[in-house]
Amino acid sequence: MAKLNADYARAIDDDRLEDWPGFFAEPCLYTITSADNHRQGMPAGLMYADSRGMLQDRVAALREANIYERQTYRHLIGLPAILDEKGTSVRTETPFLVVRIMRDGRMDLFATGRYLDVLVEEAGALRFRERVVVCDGGRIDTLLALPL
Amino acid sequence: MSSSEARAWPDATLTRVPYWLYQDEANYRAELRRIFEGPTWSFVCLEADLPRAGDFRTTFVGEMPVIVVRAEDGGIRAFENRCAHRGALISLDDQGSAKHFQCVYHAWTYDLEGTLTGIAFEKGSNGRGGMPAEFSKAAHSPRKLRTATLHGLVFASLCADAPPLETYLGDEILGRVARVLRRPIRVLGRFVQVLPNNWKLYVENVKDTYHASLLHAFFGTFRITRLTQGGGVLVSPDGGHHASYTIDRADDRASTAYRDQGIRSERQDYRLADPRLLESVNELGDDIRLQILTVFPGFVLQQIQNCLAVRQVLPKGPDSMELHWTYFGFADDTPEMHARRLRQLNLVGPAGYVSMEDGCVGGFVRRGAAAAPDEVSVVNMGGAGTESMETRATEASVRGFWKAYRRYMGQ
Repeated sequence: MAKLNADYARAIDDDRLEDWPGFFAEPCLYTITSADNHRQGMPAGLMYADSRGMLQDRVAALREANIYERQTYRHLIGLPAILDEKGTSVRTETPFLVVRIMRDGRMDLFATGRYLDVLVEEAGALRFRERVVVCDGGRIDTLLALPL
Repeated sequence: MSSSEARAWPDATLTRVPYWLYQDEANYRAELRRIFEGPTWSFVCLEADLPRAGDFRTTFVGEMPVIVVRAEDGGIRAFENRCAHRGALISLDDQGSAKHFQCVYHAWTYDLEGTLTGIAFEKGSNGRGGMPAEFSKAAHSPRKLRTATLHGLVFASLCADAPPLETYLGDEILGRVARVLRRPIRVLGRFVQVLPNNWKLYVENVKDTYHASLLHAFFGTFRITRLTQGGGVLVSPDGGHHASYTIDRADDRASTAYRDQGIRSERQDYRLADPRLLESVNELGDDIRLQILTVFPGFVLQQIQNCLAVRQVLPKGPDSMELHWTYFGFADDTPEMHARRLRQLNLVGPAGYVSMEDGCVGGFVRRGAAAAPDEVSVVNMGGAGTESMETRATEASVRGFWKAYRRYMGQ
């Protein structure tokens, strides 16, 4: 579990976004929401993917289509709490903190929150069946380009 | 920036816009007074946000904090979120349900109409202190706003001189609102995007039909909107409101105009791994695939295929603003339509495939023009007028914005 999260963070922070969809099972759910929306049962996400293909499309759009100033993230991912184990899947909640570093060197605390994950074993490795990114706040500074 | 020097537009044309308009502190304060608190209507929430009596939301009209609440008679009221006593916020919640409102500072109480009804220790204690006997609670209430609803949208105006909302919008814009909002709304989510630029740069961007397929490569590549497609822009007679639209037309698919001009946004080789993102259903029964509608000063209603949202533009000083997104579908959506909307919402919002650039481009203008208050931008595409046009290769609706702006500002 710790290895999965560490590899996940390094893939994004080291700009190996092409590796990011590989952390997910197929089918999967990846979405980014806020604590307020989550509490109220609001289903919409800032990003929303219910297939690995949609994750690949997100990466392709960031590489080929979308315009945003050069930036990187630094993820700090906390310890996962195991909420439930059912057969081959595990439900966990893991806190995170993301600093965004802009091209001029400016660093901002960009997002904090928790990952609500459902993990499954696929081909001998743990994968995310679901990763619901619940940001503590619902405010995004300027834009959200890279995945959290 | 110093505001003591007299600021003026270069001349009578709407095709040159000086940059001090986005920078000047005094001008910004005048905008709050003359536009947001003036004879205009501001979107404040959806009726679906307030299903029952006592349900409320807090928001802003310009920088004025406002409580919007469903009253006992089923109507919607709005009043300033400012205690009549010492000016503290009356409500500290984004939303909720209340029988009355009570300020936390000294427990002054307001009914759902925003009328002051109770003062703690009004008669004093043990016969001493308290308010003067002649003090009139009714005469000391926070400012009340007029409200009007339109197809599930709630607007408010602080100004008695604002024309009725329908008159304010005009028949063409009313028709374009009605086209989208025909069924009861279900809210799907809310997000706030903090933009590092003056509010007008965002409003101009939304009205700017010229940029959409140039800045947003995602649009052009997948032919969601291209200037070579059918469509056009409606501009209200006063210039302030607009609706731009794209009509799907088969003959555009062979057009090479983007490629011939070497425009970045056309990429023939770009294909989705999961094309369900763009699988849309013609739910409104016409050929319009995309419609972006604005109401002066700061409301946007957006239909991009089956992706629906309203956006509220809130000024936060000359150099900052907030964009409040409310994503929605309809209460009677099928499970398939619901899932389709969730997928298509990837197109919009702070991380939207066709909107993330709008989050940063206003900041690019602010930074680019930082030292150029007396230089001007060029708003000349499609001529100098503000008439509706059957093309989107025009900046008519941006000029329309400035036409309305100058009238309200007396500039």
